[in-house]
Amino acid sequence: MDFSLGERTEAFRDEVRAFLDEHLTADVIERMHASGTFNDKDFNGALAEAGLLAGAVPGYGDRDPIELYVLFNELEKAGAPYDGLAVTMLVAGVIHAVGTDFHHAEVLERLLTGRFNCCLGYSEPDHGSDVAAITTKAVRDGDEWVIDGQKMWTTMAHEADWVILLTRTNPDVPKHKGLTMFLVPMDLPGIEVQPVPTMASERTNATFYDGVRISDEWRLGEVDGGWAVMGVALAFERGVMGGTNPAVPLLRHVRDWAAEAPSPDGGAMLDDPLLRERLARTAMANQVSQLLTLRAAWIAATGGLPGLEGSMAKLYATERYQQAVGWFQQMAGAEGLLSFGVDGAAADGWIDYDGRHSPVVTIYGGTTEINRNNVAERHLGLPRAR
Amino acid sequence: MDLNLTEDQETIREVFAAFFDGETGPARAREAEPVGFDGAAWERLLETGAPGMGVPEAAGGGGASLADLVVVATEAGARIAPLPLVDHMVTARLLAGLAVSPDGHSACDDDVLAGSTIVGLAVRPATAGVARTVPTGAVAHRVVALDGDRLVIDRATGDPADRHLPNHGCLPLAHRDLTDAEVLAEGPDAVASFERAVDEWRTLTAATLVGMAREALVLGVDYVKEREQFGRPVGSFQAVQHLLADLPGLIDGAHLLTAKAAWAGDRASGGMTGTLDIDVNDVTDFPALAAMSLITAGEAAASATDRSLHVHGGYGFSEEYDIQLYYRRARALTFVLDDPARECRRLAGMFLGATGFLEPAG
Repeated sequence: MDFSLGERTEAFRDEVRAFLDEHLTADVIERMHASGTFNDKDFNGALAEAGLLAGAVPGYGDRDPIELYVLFNELEKAGAPYDGLAVTMLVAGVIHAVGTDFHHAEVLERLLTGRFNCCLGYSEPDHGSDVAAITTKAVRDGDEWVIDGQKMWTTMAHEADWVILLTRTNPDVPKHKGLTMFLVPMDLPGIEVQPVPTMASERTNATFYDGVRISDEWRLGEVDGGWAVMGVALAFERGVMGGTNPAVPLLRHVRDWAAEAPSPDGGAMLDDPLLRERLARTAMANQVSQLLTLRAAWIAATGGLPGLEGSMAKLYATERYQQAVGWFQQMAGAEGLLSFGVDGAAADGWIDYDGRHSPVVTIYGGTTEINRNNVAERHLGLPRAR
Repeated sequence: MDLNLTEDQETIREVFAAFFDGETGPARAREAEPVGFDGAAWERLLETGAPGMGVPEAAGGGGASLADLVVVATEAGARIAPLPLVDHMVTARLLAGLAVSPDGHSACDDDVLAGSTIVGLAVRPATAGVARTVPTGAVAHRVVALDGDRLVIDRATGDPADRHLPNHGCLPLAHRDLTDAEVLAEGPDAVASFERAVDEWRTLTAATLVGMAREALVLGVDYVKEREQFGRPVGSFQAVQHLLADLPGLIDGAHLLTAKAAWAGDRASGGMTGTLDIDVNDVTDFPALAAMSLITAGEAAASATDRSLHVHGGYGFSEEYDIQLYYRRARALTFVLDDPARECRRLAGMFLGATGFLEPAG
């Protein structure tokens, strides 16, 4: 085995790091937390202009999945806004795989400037993990489709230019076989976005579709072939595009805090043996999470489909992150409760932030339970439990 | 970036998987209790050249890399082979790296290379002239220990098994008296050689634990597919499935980390220095990765054996079933070096520096 990234990938990583040094300013980070939207069009645009965006689109660019992983891993470790970029990559990859010339011209070209965005319209109020059961319907009317329904957790919908929308086009066949995917411009009549505030600083949305008329050219993939398009999207997403190293910035923030914070037992918190043990455990978990993610990227880079390996990476990384957040929140005591910008806040408010953010990571992008089902059934060969 | 074994390593894996399947396994491990040594299997192992395979070719060995030895140790661990192979290989490499005496005598002689003289490592520094609970103390003919800043090899007499200390994992543990031990080296270089050897021991023991964890999971999964309650296999219940579904990621993660530690160790042998930068999660430093691999593999093996035993129900607790053999060895092999929490604090010292009070780092 060889764990070095290789010269080409290391050069790419250094390019990304140099970009972040220059463009990831305190302003960008503050704007992201103040707005609750982890997407910054100026930052994304600069990334595109630096030539770092298009090359990493799965299948489209000349960079491989390991470089895609490197891009998102560096963004995540640096604490940069990358939610919008992740959806951009995913949708760009899907358009490249199954899209038409129209999709390329109308959407892909624009996405690659970094100044346009997409959001994901999969989940519904009554259909989360069981996403194949969604009921938002699309009915054909001549050359057009009429869409009615509601989507939930459409994060970034309020600044997105398109939504990639999963709809039901045939209610009379098994649930996976009656789905169709569309790209829908967000400025069409009949679309309404309502904010859904969360306990963390991030904002998400509910979106409503009331008699939205759209021409057939916006359809992505085959009629009733939406589940296959979902599969393409998930294969890109799982494990490779961020989300498995959130404890890297956490560790940095806690270490910096502990070096300055006095311990009630004397000395600095950084001298506390239990804190040192937990910092070491977090550093180890960060390595393991990185390796499990790299494995998924490497499998994709060598022509495989790392679905299960992505599930394993997500399961491990998200649970360890939550465990670490719990440790450090407890050890920072009262000061750890204080928020961004508050006098005396431990780690400048990052412990409060991570404490608020961490519950969602074992839910979105496939819950822990769904991922365990995948591993149990498809890796361990146990009987289907549902 | 390449996560495949090399062609040579694939061959090594196949050869040793077949060997350990034929000559070791849970039944043989059971027979070898309580001392934890199967002399007949060791005799057969000598024919494979395994004892000296990790020694450089220039010193008469097989020239295998640490990464190669990880492959062997993982296969041995999966069959809980009651053989002192990891300790012997690590100690032989340590001896081969020491200066040859003026009369041309190397501490890594032909008998050590062949394995007819079994050598072991006292992984904890000696106290009051005694190397305590040496992992292969009841098997090794000679034991290498660090006594102060002197690296010594003891002069055991009689059958080492006579000194066996009955223990949790039926490991061949024994104290070894270092009185009249021969000094091999002293000073900072001697300490550095010892520390490097213990890091290799950590890495290969981690590999052993990864093999154990993997097999423990197989035992659990096989059992829940067969065992029926309420008219269904217990493995069809989601509560049981989810106990087991966390394990593949944990075990594969420990395996990748162990393989990376070996890769870093081989690079360090080639004179390349590693990095330890937790701020960006870049770690290629061998001592740090060696520590991480043992702690992580120990945890993976503890979890895998614990959950696998649990899903066996009462049978898992009975002597008759194999999972208890794995359960006890997983803990013994991890704790025989130290409390993992202290290993964590030692690791923290590597990236945080020494602490102001309470205990020295590193």
